[in-house]
This record gives sequence, C-alpha cells and structure tokens, in this order.
Amino acid sequence: MLLHDTALIYGRYLRQSLRSRFALLFGVLTPLLYLLFFGPLLTDLPLGGQGSSWQVLVPGLLLQLGLFGALFAGFTVIIEKGQGVVERMRVTPVSRLALLLGRVLRDATVFVFQAVLLVLAALVMGLRAPLAGILIGFGFVALLSLSLASVSYALGMKVRTPQEFGPLINTVSMPSMLLSGLMLPMSLAPAWLDVLSHFMPFRYLVDAVRDAYVGDYTSAHMLYGVLVAVGFAALSVTAGTRVFRSAGA
Amino acid sequence: MAAVISTAGLARTFQTKAGPVDAVRGIDLTVREGEILGFLGPNGAGKTTTLRMLTTLLKPTGGAATVAGCDLATDPAGVRRASGYVAQSGGVDPQITVREELVTQGRLYRLPKAAAVARAAELAADLDLTGLLDRKTGALSGGQRRRLDIAMALTHRPKVLFLDEPTTGLDPGSRADLWELVRRLRDEHATTVFLTTHYLDEADALADRLVIVDRGTVAAEGTPSALKLRYGGSLDATLQDTFLAVTGRGPAPADTTPVAV
Repeated sequence: MLLHDTALIYGRYLRQSLRSRFALLFGVLTPLLYLLFFGPLLTDLPLGGQGSSWQVLVPGLLLQLGLFGALFAGFTVIIEKGQGVVERMRVTPVSRLALLLGRVLRDATVFVFQAVLLVLAALVMGLRAPLAGILIGFGFVALLSLSLASVSYALGMKVRTPQEFGPLINTVSMPSMLLSGLMLPMSLAPAWLDVLSHFMPFRYLVDAVRDAYVGDYTSAHMLYGVLVAVGFAALSVTAGTRVFRSAGA
Repeated sequence: MAAVISTAGLARTFQTKAGPVDAVRGIDLTVREGEILGFLGPNGAGKTTTLRMLTTLLKPTGGAATVAGCDLATDPAGVRRASGYVAQSGGVDPQITVREELVTQGRLYRLPKAAAVARAAELAADLDLTGLLDRKTGALSGGQRRRLDIAMALTHRPKVLFLDEPTTGLDPGSRADLWELVRRLRDEHATTVFLTTHYLDEADALADRLVIVDRGTVAAEGTPSALKLRYGGSLDATLQDTFLAVTGRGPAPADTTPVAV
C-alpha cells in the first residue's frame, strides 16, 4: 500500500514538474552562473587538496543546488493548502507517509536531473573526474534534497502564509551555504571559522563529494559524509512524517 | 431509521498565543441514515471545526463520535472509507485536467488503474462532466467546479457526504442544480448528506432537519417547520427570524469582524 500510494503521489508531482519545463531548467541557472563566471577565477589559485579547482568547486555547486532548491520545496504545499488539495487527500485512506515520500522523491529526481545538467556543463568548462566519483556525488545530491525537502514540507504545513516561509528559509540557507564551504574549501579558513563550520552538517557532505571527485572513496571524510547524510535524511523524513500524520494545518 | 452519525460532547479547544479558544464546546447530535441535515450557525459558531473533526482532519480534544458505525478516535480509517468531504475551498489543482483528478482520486481510494478510469467515466456521466473531462480544472465555471468537487467526494460511494457551504459563490441556476443533485444522491443512493450553509432559503428548501449551533454548542434542532413554530412563533415565520431568535442576535453591526479560528 505504501509503495502504491508513494508511486501515485510521485507520479502526480513529477507530472507537475514536467508541465513547467521552464522552472525545471531555471533551477540550474544560479549554480550555472557560478560555474561560468566564478569558476574560472579559481583555476590558478592554490586551494589545497588534490585535483583541479573544478574538482573543488563543482561538488560545492551540486550541494548548493540541493540546498537552495529543496529548502524551498515547501512553498508548493502552502499553495496546495490554500487550494484544499492537502485536506482533500487527507480525508482519503492514502498513507500519510506516502504523501510526504511521493513529494520528496519527486524533488530528489528533479535535483539529480539538474545536477546532471550542471556536471555536463562543468565537463565542457574543464572538469575531469572519475565516473564513480561523479555518481557518488549524485547520490549525495539525492540524499540532501530528500532531507531538506522533507524539512521544508514540514515547515510549509506548519506555516500559514508564504510571507512567513520565505524569510525563514533564507535565514537557514545563507549561513548554511557560507559555513559549509560550498564555494571554497574550509581548509583555507582561519582556525575559528574552520571549527565553527564543523557544526554545520552540510560541511561533511561537501568534503565527502570533493574526495569522491578525486577518486578517494575510502577516506575519513567519505565515512563522515555518508553517516551525516544518511542520519540527516532519517531524521528529516521522520520529522516530516510526524507533521504529515498529525497536522491540523 | 438507524443513526449514521452520532456525537456526544464533541469538543475542540485550540491553544493560541492569547490563550485557549474553545471553538467547539460540546456537540451532541444524531443524523439518521438517508437524511439531509442542515448545519447552521453564525460565523465562528464552530461549524467548520465540527465538520473537520467528523472527517478525521482534526482530532477532538473532548467527547466522542461515530460515523457509519466507526469510532472517530479508534477507527479513523473506517470513518474515511465511509465518508466523502467537500471543503469550502474544494480541493483540485487548477493545472490538472478533470479526468486526471478523477482518476487520481480513485487511485487514492485504492482502486486498480482500470477501475479508477472506469469510475471516473461513470462519475463524469452522473454529474454531467463528460464533456469537460479534458479541460483543466482551473478553466471550469463555479458550478462545474462544485460538481467536480462532489464527484471526487463520491468516488468510493460513501454512506455520508459532508458538504461545507457547497453553494457559496454560485449563481442561482447552479445553486438550484446543486440542490437537485443533493436530493438525487439521497433518493437514488440513500446517501446521508451533512451540509453547512449560511443561506437560510437553502436550508429551508433542502434540509429534512436543521441543527443550529451557536458558540460551540447545539442551540436548537428540529425540522424547519418545528423550529419556526417553536422559535419564530408560527409556521409562517421566516427561517431568518427563527435563526435570529435561536442565536439571540439581531443583524450583525457592519463593523464587527467575525472571529475565525
């Protein structure tokens, strides 16, 4: 039943995404601009670590895509609450978990698709990385979007208006991006900033993807990255399901 | 006739920043099978809150209720199987076609794909939507939208249909059509209809029995004529006067803001 319901909800929202092709491509625009106009600045800078500057930047941009994209997923649920779609589904026997899972799996699909486009563009710009590493990177994008979209939908169910939602998300997303070293590795940071960034869970993800991009699949970074990503996903989906089960929103 | 809905002391208190708000203080009512019940009350009386509790959308904070023999607290899934609900706002995505919404609704009620497609066609024929199946729901007129909302709520042939202000915003022709539809549902399928309305002529024309709520409790109930006789003073009293007598309120001053929870 859960599988049936999840597939049904996933299909409904995937068709919704496919109807707005423009929005589907528009999501890649910001990271693409970074790739085109910021990436070339790094090519001759000493960034520490192994590999080229593209192997440092592209993992950061991939996670930025997930971070900014998936955190805003909850907007749609606010709109759907207004349309009555949420309550209409909640009076049917449909699994509450499926109402969340179908949506977040759609988001994971969309962001992995955008990640593929971004990596293709990066290859043209000069990125060279092992295929396995690139695939691992997509795995992290999927996990991160799954987690953040769950959190975002849970917030969307709780919040009454889009006006409350936007500022809330911005308050989370900007510090997350800066403190996780998405643009430049935190190994360049002074000690205090480096220490502070260790409290930002996304840092472990970006470090892991950077290792994957230079073919280092068994590092400590990779282990921590996988643990944090999986733990965060479990936590977020659990919290999200709890809200979808109970919400009188 | 057997009771299809019965509630005892059903209550809901909301915790707000300004302190607890008792939206529904204790509703006792029974609805008999095949009855059209008009659920009336001033704004903020607790109509929608009661409806949302009876449809499992909101957990009661007190009291108990059964719908079609299923206990609201212990068997919400049974309640969902037995009832259909049309919210004031409806519940369709304007970007999706009528056909897709109807089929999805069937699938949400766990019909296999072919059965969901067949049921969608059947509902469309029954509710005069066949010519509109490939239209996006956002392009429907108010009356067509309402018929679609009701078709969706009827997907699983529920015993009880809950309608929250179903004719608000409809033109007179569409309202008359909707009344006909509600009567037909009861006559052909013995569906029990529980509807809230602010239109007293609607309650008078459509409902077998009225329950008037005020400040979260039942203030009066009975057939429209019994209520007119008792509270309005004569059978010729208007339901408007009867309603005002029951709720003890004259016409609301123009500047009061309704308290919505």
